[in-house]
Amino acid sequence: MPKSKSAYSIPTKKQKPDTYIFVVWVDNEAGVLARVVGLFSGRGYNIESLAVAEVDAVKNISRITIVTTGTPQVIDQIRLQLTKLVPVHKVAEFKREDKGVIFKEMALFKVVGKRNKIEKCLNACKKFNPVILDETKTSAVIQITALRREIDKMNKKLKPLGLISTSRTGAVAMTRGAKIFN
Amino acid sequence: MPKLFTGAEIVFKCLEDQKVEHIFGYPGGAVLPIYDELKNHPSIKHILVRHEQGAGHAAEGYARSSGKPGVILVTSGPGATNVVTALTDAYMDSVPLVCISGQVPTHLIGTDAFQECDTTGITRPCTKHNWLVKDINDLSKVMHEAFTVATTGRPGPVLVDIPKDVQFAKTKYKKPNKEKKLNGKSHNKFSQDQIDELVKLLSKAKKPIIYSGGGVINSGPKASQALREFVDLTGFPITSTLQGLGAYPGDDSQFLGMLGMHGTYEANNAMHDCDLLINIGARFDDRITGKIDEFSPNSKKVHIDIDPSSINKIIKVDLAIVGDVSSVISKINKTIIKNKNGHSKSNKSNIAKWWEKIEKWRGKNSLNFVNSDESIKPQYAVQRLYELTKNKDTYVTTEVGQHQMWAAQHYKFNKPNRWMTSGGLGTMGYGLPAAVGVQIAHPEKLVIDIAGEASVLMTMQEMSTAVQYNLPVKIFILNNQYMGMVRQWQELLHEKNYSESYSEALPNFMKMAEAYGCKGIKADNPSDLDYKIQEMIDYDGPVIFDCHVDPNENCFPMIPSGKPHNQMILGPNDQEENKIKGKGKALV
Repeated sequence: MPKSKSAYSIPTKKQKPDTYIFVVWVDNEAGVLARVVGLFSGRGYNIESLAVAEVDAVKNISRITIVTTGTPQVIDQIRLQLTKLVPVHKVAEFKREDKGVIFKEMALFKVVGKRNKIEKCLNACKKFNPVILDETKTSAVIQITALRREIDKMNKKLKPLGLISTSRTGAVAMTRGAKIFN
Repeated sequence: MPKLFTGAEIVFKCLEDQKVEHIFGYPGGAVLPIYDELKNHPSIKHILVRHEQGAGHAAEGYARSSGKPGVILVTSGPGATNVVTALTDAYMDSVPLVCISGQVPTHLIGTDAFQECDTTGITRPCTKHNWLVKDINDLSKVMHEAFTVATTGRPGPVLVDIPKDVQFAKTKYKKPNKEKKLNGKSHNKFSQDQIDELVKLLSKAKKPIIYSGGGVINSGPKASQALREFVDLTGFPITSTLQGLGAYPGDDSQFLGMLGMHGTYEANNAMHDCDLLINIGARFDDRITGKIDEFSPNSKKVHIDIDPSSINKIIKVDLAIVGDVSSVISKINKTIIKNKNGHSKSNKSNIAKWWEKIEKWRGKNSLNFVNSDESIKPQYAVQRLYELTKNKDTYVTTEVGQHQMWAAQHYKFNKPNRWMTSGGLGTMGYGLPAAVGVQIAHPEKLVIDIAGEASVLMTMQEMSTAVQYNLPVKIFILNNQYMGMVRQWQELLHEKNYSESYSEALPNFMKMAEAYGCKGIKADNPSDLDYKIQEMIDYDGPVIFDCHVDPNENCFPMIPSGKPHNQMILGPNDQEENKIKGKGKALV
């Protein structure tokens, strides 16, 4: 190993990162998203996707869902750092493999082509609750809801069938059963 | 109908209700309404600085030495950006500050107006929280919340940005809520089970060490008292971080000195070899741990901290107690005393061997240096300063660099809140304005800034503040003409390529003192040092002391980069004896 000339220590061996989904309940106020996102970028955490919207207009609460990757130690830090932010009420985190939680993303596909190609597209999307939102003689906008990797797959699959534009959301999450996270 | 107040009046009503006595600031266009209101509030004294960074550091010195939050008032744009360094410094070292900044009127926000900047955007990563108050009706609530956030939990800086039109607008004033809404941000809910578990670990330990930090100071004088009792009850050795100095008496025999990169041989070796490590209010900073993989490899680790995000951030611990240091240690002490009634024997005999080992390390006398008759050694200067001021209740601030480490090594602090230094951020230029703030909080006390000539030039303008308010701060400059710590690293690690670390054309500090209207003293001979220091202490007014020291002196002992605690480099005496070979040679 070459001699270090740095006043800082050398990075130590890394654990394997996993994918986690964070759900953060925050006061819906100016700058709150910047605080959460700034925490991630400032401390070098990763954001794979992000979804945010107000969920309680009376209490003025927004719910932010962030998909991130990190080692267990980093994930712990993310939760603890998020909890410290003043407008944050509570933080929940789930492993992507968690069977007790539903994760969903939505995608809009614009397909241009003849009727039979659009039909093929719809057929291919069958498993993911396809809804036609707009239709002309030569085009269609199809909405599906699915997991991230499923949408990735469909995105590839529909290209040869006339897919010209994709728009998709970040993941949102909800626990299964009657219980809610507290 | 209740009386209506302007935003500027509300700011002062809040400050009065928060019992603020001093604010450090600098006026400008966007805060003029607040400055206009100042005259109506005689209980609040404004200290006019010469640069907003100086206001920030002065407020830090004020806060650290008094335990009260420091308050800063600056204008928009450059006023706010100038204070960013001080806010970041306070954030890293957990100092409670409330910074009030002016902002352009709300209708001009976002239009690149004169002296406009995105203050809340810029300060978001360097404050605990910040607010842009766009509605006058939110102002009193936000101001009170600002003080709550700054002072509760792990303390830190906050900023309230107030547009000029809001300062003019009128509304009702709301008093602070007696009951503080903590929003789950308070963490003082440790359990007796955790305490019992710790006490069990204490009784089993054969090679224990206590490692205390700035959290003890932040928790107040009671915490230091409890820590002293705890150390006395257990008979354990104790070491301290840079920020924790003074929490435990520096001249006590159970105190091993500071640990870390420039810590003592005994403290670092004890950290490495111990079987029980009790971290009280410290954060396993990288200047403390050295190489993480080999940090204290065979110990059970306990971490007591008020900030849950400090736990397991860098070092995995076996037992974490999240709570206020003062209440946690008091609880531990009570439990120990209660248990002792059962069995009269403590485990002091268990650790007798451990103390023998520590005494052996201590025998190395790692803070040793080769003194000289011809030139003043910087360590000697700090030692003499300590000897001549130890009987007064002296407050010491520092800049950042070699002089800071020498001050930490050779000046022994016996009380908390007497030592103000920039540790986390390492801000050169911290010490002089901080000394100004300390002197404001303690007008009758002796306040010394142990400085380096490079650092002190960064905020030298605040001498003007010291002279204006007749603050008798003593600026004790260890002048070696180099950015000493930079030079030392270049000598040890960059083949003596002293790239840009020599200050040519240094000012004549005697003339500088004269120009500012304070006293200048110069010393370049060891035999003159004592009476000149005495002259400085006796002078009733600010002094710039230009102490010319050996320019080539290095700060030892030190842990070289990427090494564990037990591989320290010692000073020149020891190096002669041991004839360091090979790789080590480059480091001598």
